[in-house]
Amino acid sequence: MNHLKAAKVAIVLLFVALLCVPLAMKRWSRPTGGADLGQAVALARYGFHLKEVAHAAGIDFVHRAPTLDPKLAHVMPQVASFGAAVSVVDVDRDGWPDLYVTNSGEGSQNALYRNLGDGTFRNIAAELGLADVNRTGTGVSMGAVWGDYDNDGYEDLFLVKWGRPELYHNDRGRGFTRVSEQAGLPAWINANSAIWFDYDGDGLLDLFVAGYYPDDLDLWHLKTTRVMPDSFEYATNGGRKYLFHNLGGGRFEEIGERVGLNSRRWTLAAAAADLRGTGRQDLFVANDYGVSELFVNDGKVFREVGKESGIGFAPKSGMNASFGDVLNEGRLGVYVSNISEDGILIQGNNLWMPVEAKAGELKFENQAREFGVELGGWSFGAQFGDLNNDGLVDLYLTNGYISLDKQSSYWYDFSKVAGGNSAIIGDAKNWPGFNGRSLSGYQAKRLWLNDGAGRFADVAPLVGVTDRHDGRAVALADFGNRGVLDVVVANQKGPLLLYRNTVAAGRHWIAFDLEGTTSNRSAIGAQVTLYWNHQKRVQVVSGGSGFAAQNDRRLHFGLGPKAQVEKAEIRWPSGRVQTLTAPHIDAINKIKEPT
Amino acid sequence: MTTPIADFSPALPTEPTWRQRLASLDSPYVVPVFITMVLVVGQLSFGFLESASRTFLAISVAIGVELLLGRLLLGKWQHPASAYVSGISVGILVRSPAFWPFALCAALSICSKYVLRYRGRHLWNPSNFGISALLFLGGEMVGSLSIQWGNHVWAMLVIWVLGAFIIWRLRRFHITATYVLAFICYAGLRSWYTGATFESEISPVTGPMYQLFIFFMITDPKTTVKTRRGQCLVAFAVATVEAVLRLAQVVYAPYYALFFVGPTALMLETWWAARSELRDASAAPVGSPARGVS
Repeated sequence: MNHLKAAKVAIVLLFVALLCVPLAMKRWSRPTGGADLGQAVALARYGFHLKEVAHAAGIDFVHRAPTLDPKLAHVMPQVASFGAAVSVVDVDRDGWPDLYVTNSGEGSQNALYRNLGDGTFRNIAAELGLADVNRTGTGVSMGAVWGDYDNDGYEDLFLVKWGRPELYHNDRGRGFTRVSEQAGLPAWINANSAIWFDYDGDGLLDLFVAGYYPDDLDLWHLKTTRVMPDSFEYATNGGRKYLFHNLGGGRFEEIGERVGLNSRRWTLAAAAADLRGTGRQDLFVANDYGVSELFVNDGKVFREVGKESGIGFAPKSGMNASFGDVLNEGRLGVYVSNISEDGILIQGNNLWMPVEAKAGELKFENQAREFGVELGGWSFGAQFGDLNNDGLVDLYLTNGYISLDKQSSYWYDFSKVAGGNSAIIGDAKNWPGFNGRSLSGYQAKRLWLNDGAGRFADVAPLVGVTDRHDGRAVALADFGNRGVLDVVVANQKGPLLLYRNTVAAGRHWIAFDLEGTTSNRSAIGAQVTLYWNHQKRVQVVSGGSGFAAQNDRRLHFGLGPKAQVEKAEIRWPSGRVQTLTAPHIDAINKIKEPT
Repeated sequence: MTTPIADFSPALPTEPTWRQRLASLDSPYVVPVFITMVLVVGQLSFGFLESASRTFLAISVAIGVELLLGRLLLGKWQHPASAYVSGISVGILVRSPAFWPFALCAALSICSKYVLRYRGRHLWNPSNFGISALLFLGGEMVGSLSIQWGNHVWAMLVIWVLGAFIIWRLRRFHITATYVLAFICYAGLRSWYTGATFESEISPVTGPMYQLFIFFMITDPKTTVKTRRGQCLVAFAVATVEAVLRLAQVVYAPYYALFFVGPTALMLETWWAARSELRDASAAPVGSPARGVS
């Protein structure tokens, strides 16, 4: 009897202890709080500090959202929640990276901020013909990617739109000519992402454009309100995928379906890199309302290997695709952002780390939780970069969906409808009105610092990232040619932010500015593996990555305080492998592909 | 949800053959088999599990705790079917990238059966308790926005038809029917009151979370009252409380409604039965045996 009593008491205690576990976990996993430590303390503690300087740098850009068909008025904050994008380009080849930022209000102006080299910028979009691109009837901007499609040495612009996609030829940095019709682009695509990459290695940049809303919808003149995804996690009624094969002479041929890019998922992000060492760039696609897709490039056709590679299960809301060599292994992982809302929807972001696989095959495991980069709110754009030059890539993530009334939330109505049948959720008229409520708004950003041992720690507020805007796109670039990565963030219906970075003294770096000859001149797709201090890290020149973003094409490597660089190995898109012995550190190495 | 499966079987004078039990759907394995089929088909067609390993963890913990507590407190090894259903429910309904919520929810669910008792009955449907407690206490790490069936009509119809048939054969369809009818009526009322469309108000009941809720959770024999009329009344009360919680925009209204209404009804029934017995006993002539006592 005593034994039974003791057992009963023990089980009651166990039960109480179990009830306390969630409370303890909540306390333990609370995100980093605190205020900006200030530059001196942050430099001493973390090796860097960020200061938001957009206004001081001459940037006063505020994004405007589109106003779509009145039939969608009650859910306008949700259906028109994209469009703030930013891309980095040296538009005039003066050696200073410039900024192009999109606007999405009808009749609003995009901006091209020319880097004046003294820490300030000047908007020259109107002078160059790249401002007035959101005219009523032509759709509005959703993103911009730059690539030298005709190999004339100047980066050309593809403007991603809900509307008429536009290609602008860069006339030697002095102006732009609209060449959309000559290029053979379709009349209308409702796209949110596009990337330049040379899929067939012919030295000419091709263009991948991923539809979000179906292409037959003019979102300003709708015949139906059945415009929503038919499932929250398995939707396949989105826009089509296009691959515009560059034929040369300024002409493109659309071959998406022919080469196996036949998905109709709701794509929000894409990035390309040679993930298998085949010399061909594979295509990673992050989809809203569903699983991500990985299209491996077999030279002439693509094969979707999402399930085989491990990424094609557990559908979420993919909104970002960026590559990073997290452990300095010479292998790229992929970061995909999703939705996490306390107490309602915990999807968790994905850090797809490569694991051992048979030759020619790809296997990934989601290790976001293990690395501590899983929970980032309603996450959007993210980029890897060594922000404190310690020799390890860190991760900057912006977030926040719709910030309206702080006291009321749309989450109840969102969850009520999102779990229902496709006949209900697919029709916008069934979605309750927003009525000024927020949906995952005013969120704290994440800046995860890599410890090199498999853990990241969020230090965002401590190093100066304290904004609570509805972040969308993040791009990294060394705007001052100082050997440090600055951060630029485009916010939906919010200001463009420029975080100027200060890094503690004594930390070395190296950068590579590549120019293709046999390969495409932008060198997009080129991979640089740097060997230093008995470790190696790979980076790829990107034709677009993250969410609605493009980093500087120049590749920046932090090296830490005692840097001994052994070599840099460049795998050009042409297949040529070039080895640079002991390249200059604390310098930008300009490298032209050997012919 | 965590149906003590054996309770679905009426007491029979002789042990039926497994063929007879299967034909009558009185087998203790019907519900586990059905929910396993749902799980396997869903996983193969949609890959809907958070991960198979997390679901396996939930099932393992549920069965392990059941066996352990049964042995410690009752001195016997409990049949694992009930714990299996609890574990599988937790695996489907809990949404978290972490492993610990699955293990914790399964352990809480089973523990509640042994700890939260009133006059010899456990009060909460175990997985309802586990999930409600987890969502309430640990909501920052856990969700249960369950959309794993892909929101497609055919999947919904298959589950509805099969689930309704099984529940009907188990003589508990009236509970499900009462709840669904009440839900639809309240959806109409909410639509009228809030101005939201009727479709948006009935949307939840067309989703997979509710399919599990209405077929397994609210029909759990161990945690429902005994009379048919009482069962209908409780189902109606659950829908009523849920409607109120929905007006207050509580995301997990159905879980919380059952969490409050189910145990309250059971306690009332148990208290009333005990009171009646006491009254009968005191009213009986001296020397005559009290009812139920031979």
